[in-house]
Amino acid sequence: MTRLGRLPRLLLSILREIFDEAAYARFLRLRQMQSSREAYAAFLRERESMQARRPKCC
Amino acid sequence: MNRALSFLVWAAAVLLGVVSVGVVAIHRGEPINALWLVTAATCCYALGYRFYSKFIAAKVLALDALRATPAERLENGRDFLVTNKWVVFGHHFAAIAGPGPLVGPVLAAQFGYLPGTLWVLAGAVFAGCVQDFVILLFSVRRDGKSLTEMAKEEIGRIGGFVAYTAVIAILIILLAVAALIVVNALKDSPWGTFTIAMTIPIALLMGLYLRRLRPGKVLEVSALGFVLVLLAIWGGQWASQNPAMARIFTLTAPSLAILIIVYGFAASALPVWLLLAPRDYLSTFVKLGTIGLLAIGIVVLHPTLHMPALTRFVDGTGPVFAGKIFPFAFITIACGAISGFHSLISSGTTPKLIARETETRVVGYGAMMAESAVAVMAIIAASVMQPGVYFSINSPAGIVGATASAATATISNWGFPVSPSDMQALARSVGEQTLFNRTGGAPAFAVGMAHIFSQTLGGDRVMALWYHFAVMFEALFILTILDAGTRVARFMIQDALGHIYKPLGRTSWYPSILATSALIVAAWGFFLWQGVKDPLGGINSLWPLFGIANQLLATVALCVATTIIIKQHRTRYAAVTLVPLAWLVAVTFTASWHKVLDPSPRIGFLAQAHALAAGPATAATARLIFNNRLDAALTAVLVIMVALVLIESARQWLAVLRGREGAQLKEAPFVMTRLAQERG
Repeated sequence: MTRLGRLPRLLLSILREIFDEAAYARFLRLRQMQSSREAYAAFLRERESMQARRPKCC
Repeated sequence: MNRALSFLVWAAAVLLGVVSVGVVAIHRGEPINALWLVTAATCCYALGYRFYSKFIAAKVLALDALRATPAERLENGRDFLVTNKWVVFGHHFAAIAGPGPLVGPVLAAQFGYLPGTLWVLAGAVFAGCVQDFVILLFSVRRDGKSLTEMAKEEIGRIGGFVAYTAVIAILIILLAVAALIVVNALKDSPWGTFTIAMTIPIALLMGLYLRRLRPGKVLEVSALGFVLVLLAIWGGQWASQNPAMARIFTLTAPSLAILIIVYGFAASALPVWLLLAPRDYLSTFVKLGTIGLLAIGIVVLHPTLHMPALTRFVDGTGPVFAGKIFPFAFITIACGAISGFHSLISSGTTPKLIARETETRVVGYGAMMAESAVAVMAIIAASVMQPGVYFSINSPAGIVGATASAATATISNWGFPVSPSDMQALARSVGEQTLFNRTGGAPAFAVGMAHIFSQTLGGDRVMALWYHFAVMFEALFILTILDAGTRVARFMIQDALGHIYKPLGRTSWYPSILATSALIVAAWGFFLWQGVKDPLGGINSLWPLFGIANQLLATVALCVATTIIIKQHRTRYAAVTLVPLAWLVAVTFTASWHKVLDPSPRIGFLAQAHALAAGPATAATARLIFNNRLDAALTAVLVIMVALVLIESARQWLAVLRGREGAQLKEAPFVMTRLAQERG
């Protein structure tokens, strides 16, 4: 794939990482789970303290 | 051939950089085009990245591509994770880019566009980017440890304690200032208040949608939330024109302050998934899109800057905030040049994602350059307005007068002509009742941004929509910081209290959650209330306090970095962090001196308290005197603590240099990376 062709995929993966979609996909993979309300609730519980501790700059 | 071509390209960049910085710095009289600023900034960043960051990477830090990073050694699929460098870059930029680089440069534009531009460019290339880069690398070499942990290990217990206290102090002042900016942007603005009020149910809806309907589809729900926010902006126009709705959403500054305090407490105590996380996603979505759009708008429109290079207020008599260029321009603009707060992010999530040491250069140095570019855009947005309009919006009533005719007469007498009809026409074009005394920087930035956007897309007819889009963008940004900052401070307090009484440290124990949330909200709420009630507009005293606190944290970060460089026996390169450290010490200590002891009541807190005591007593006098004395005491305490870190660091440096003490580094041991072999 050319560099230009990789760009949209790279942009999408940046957005997926920023918006925690990639983290949720990793969570499902690690736990060997399918996406569901329960799985997402478990993911949110696991990330709750991490997300709440993440500072945002001024 | 390639070497010759490369030489020619970089020689051209040097030449273009020198010419464009020269035009920006020397040109007087006629207005200049914003493209000169864009070109100067592009050349400075390109040269700084190509040459200075490469020098730091090779000589000072000796980045080792073969050394395994914590993301590889400690990979757990959660916080430690080998990640593509551009993904880490985006993640890091989204975390460091807040309203600071937008608001600070707008306020500092009272000196003219030149001081802010030069400080943003030089400060970023030689100080801010360096700080973010070295702290990121040192954290990577210490298994992703935080700044406070590194300060404790490398400087001593005093370093750790001061870093911790400075972080709490900065958070409290930052949250108060951020809330005050929102209050000033929304007071007497039914359109803006309606739009921002609507973002709360939108965020709650997003939280429920994510949790119940489409689990994990964050990008999808953020796009949906964005569409709803656009509808809310459109609905705001209807609300402002409907007498009954306009009455409900036309709020005074004290009413807005109370609502924001209540909101801050609720956001801290509610579950993360319900409000904080969706709002965070929504504001990041809007933030990244708007910054990109603004950059395109500036390049396409390349507007003329009407603000002069230097104004008469370089003498320290400015209406936006009092004080001379040195030191006040350098604490007013923190985030676009150097911000101590970034060192918390460089030693937080980011070091745990870096795949190879060599990538710290593009992430640490590069992302800060991008943030600095945002500050340049803010300077342009503030400078495209006529100076008379800029000062009408940003000057408090206590300085220019409470009526339109008094304010315009005062500002015109300063040499910046503006009339009540100009301001009325502008207010009408953006859908506001008035734009006088809208201090805080956000409304002025919104007017500048709306001007750029409306000239690029839609013309004057949509000026009001763009203005309220800009207000929404800033307020959303700021309220996210309010949510996240209150929660981060709450966790820090709970961690500390847990050492005294264990249950208080449990982050899921509701009595502790409520008590610590109330403590943090009361602390920043106090300063917010103080700012709302301040006849000079609040920003005059609170923004410098925030700037001082933020730059003092940068001083702590640079002390840590210099100590590590000296312990690594690279003393001959210590100037890389020592020079910005010396500059920051000079700036912050001078600013603190002025804020505490300056005889002018507009600058010195104690002089202001004294003037109030000597003047006619009103119901508010005792409270204002107490507030000023408290601000003075807070500034003094911060300076004393950082002086202790400096002394402790200098003691360490001398002990190592004289051989009295072994250079004990607390790095993780070297482990060969597997990634190099895997990638061939």
